[in-house]
Amino acid sequence: MNATRHAVGQGLRRGWTEFVLSLRSPQDQGFYLFMGLATLAYLWFNRDTEVEGTSLLLPTVALPSILGALVAFGVVIGPAYALAMEREDGTLLRHKALPHGMQGYVTGQLLFHSLGVVPLLLVVLLPGFLLFDGLMSRGAAGWATLLWVLVLGLLATLPLGIILGSVVPNTQKVGTWGMLPVVLITSISGIFYPVQALWGWVQAVAQVFPVYWIGLGMRSAFLPPEAATAELGGSWRTGLVAVVLLGWAVIGVLAAPAVLRRMARRQSGSQVQEAREQALQWVR
Amino acid sequence: MASDPLSDALAVRVRGLRMSYGTRAVLDGVDFDVRVGEVVCLLGPNGAGKTTTIEVLEGFRLRSAGGVEVLGVDPASGDDAWRARVGVVLQSWRDHARWTPRRLLEHLGGYFVPYATAERPRPYAVDWLLDTVGLTDDADRKIGTLSGGRRRRLDVAVGIIGRPEVLFLDEPTAGFDPQARRDFHDLVHRLSDLEGTSILLTTHDLGEAEKLADRILILAGGRIVADGSADALTRQVAAASEVRWTCAGERFVHATAEPTPFVRRLFEQHGDDVADLEVRRASLEDTYIAMVQRYESGSPAAAEFAEVPR
Repeated sequence: MNATRHAVGQGLRRGWTEFVLSLRSPQDQGFYLFMGLATLAYLWFNRDTEVEGTSLLLPTVALPSILGALVAFGVVIGPAYALAMEREDGTLLRHKALPHGMQGYVTGQLLFHSLGVVPLLLVVLLPGFLLFDGLMSRGAAGWATLLWVLVLGLLATLPLGIILGSVVPNTQKVGTWGMLPVVLITSISGIFYPVQALWGWVQAVAQVFPVYWIGLGMRSAFLPPEAATAELGGSWRTGLVAVVLLGWAVIGVLAAPAVLRRMARRQSGSQVQEAREQALQWVR
Repeated sequence: MASDPLSDALAVRVRGLRMSYGTRAVLDGVDFDVRVGEVVCLLGPNGAGKTTTIEVLEGFRLRSAGGVEVLGVDPASGDDAWRARVGVVLQSWRDHARWTPRRLLEHLGGYFVPYATAERPRPYAVDWLLDTVGLTDDADRKIGTLSGGRRRRLDVAVGIIGRPEVLFLDEPTAGFDPQARRDFHDLVHRLSDLEGTSILLTTHDLGEAEKLADRILILAGGRIVADGSADALTRQVAAASEVRWTCAGERFVHATAEPTPFVRRLFEQHGDDVADLEVRRASLEDTYIAMVQRYESGSPAAAEFAEVPR
């Protein structure tokens, strides 16, 4: 029996179990509900706004962009928090004490957070289709595009979340090191307003990161072809979406294991103990 | 050292282990062995380096210098096959709050399946294990709702799920009520007697060390200052025997190294006037305090405890 393959199987089962437990947990249900309600409220209150330069309504344009941002956000911040927390509560150390445990653990994390995107999309998409008309104008081809953008988007951002969770010194720091940059990047990535509204150099920065490209890919999936005129260069730049996201995926897949290994090597019981004491100590 | 015929029967072998953080030396030349099937307790004041020692043996911490072997392998380079033979129970866990003990044990035990052999099937059956640590009634409750003592039982169960040949426990009974403690002691005896598991554990409970350990190590100031059975250690610090009696309605207390001749003289002097006679041998606690104090006062005599005949 190949022990590594066996551990990956264990990890897949773990990811599924975590996913099912998360769906049953009021805490996570609350998170999904909040995300869904907040997005839909924003779209609802802007339901009659027309997007400049097109004949489309704001929900039609904003919904795909927001889906893209939700995926990027959920898949970076989710694993970052999970990893930072599970380092402190001993989950990681438990796996370090098992043969091939870390491989299983990481597999579980990857599957769990990938699956976590599904309810996040559903809470926005399902009510969205009931509330607004003309969201998906490309039919089956559009859904196919959604799928590959989603998969590439996951590959591009999930490793970033893992890396972030490995390098932050503790859970509280995920807010400053993780949340802040992600929110900043998302805010310049053309999700809530077109990226052209910003200065040229900000547009350039935005196009370095995957969030803009996931949003662009999502819009190309949902919107009619003529809406591409409102994008940079007047095109969906489909090839470039794939290239940029794949590029990030390659960087992530190469860097994440090394960062993870370095982090795992430094895990020990006294570190967990220290984290526990630190968490109890509010004033330092 | 490799030619030492005993080393085949050693589960743990530590020679000249040093550990320093910056300029502060936590361990300063620690030497000890754990023989196969032996239960060894590591005692010592807070900050003496017990946890550090255990973590080096578990392979979770890299030592600064010295030689360490667990099951004949250097933990710093132990592979997954080695890992499968070692069990670990650490001090502080708050993990898997949403899982149930049964689900967690089934999941974590699964990692040991590829390492099962004919003479050592791995992992343990979950139901047997739950019963053994006394968690059957809580098997399907969320771990997050378990009390501290129950959760600790689960930690012990996770530590032994892979039927380890060597088991490291860092303060396993912290937070146990007396019944849980008794159950745990039974479990340790069962593991060492029936399974031949070699066990190294740290504790602050000297009574526990006395009940469990074949041999006790006292770690103070970064060195092993005593190594022997509870009895042998107590005999070393025999000065602390205490004799109490009453004579003509008055109470007396006398500390002596040799209580027997003292009591004989007492009767020669006072005969039947001596009443309520009580001779108390030094307890392990007295021994422990004496040894740590003697070490901490910087007395070179500390070295004299290092080898104690068993």
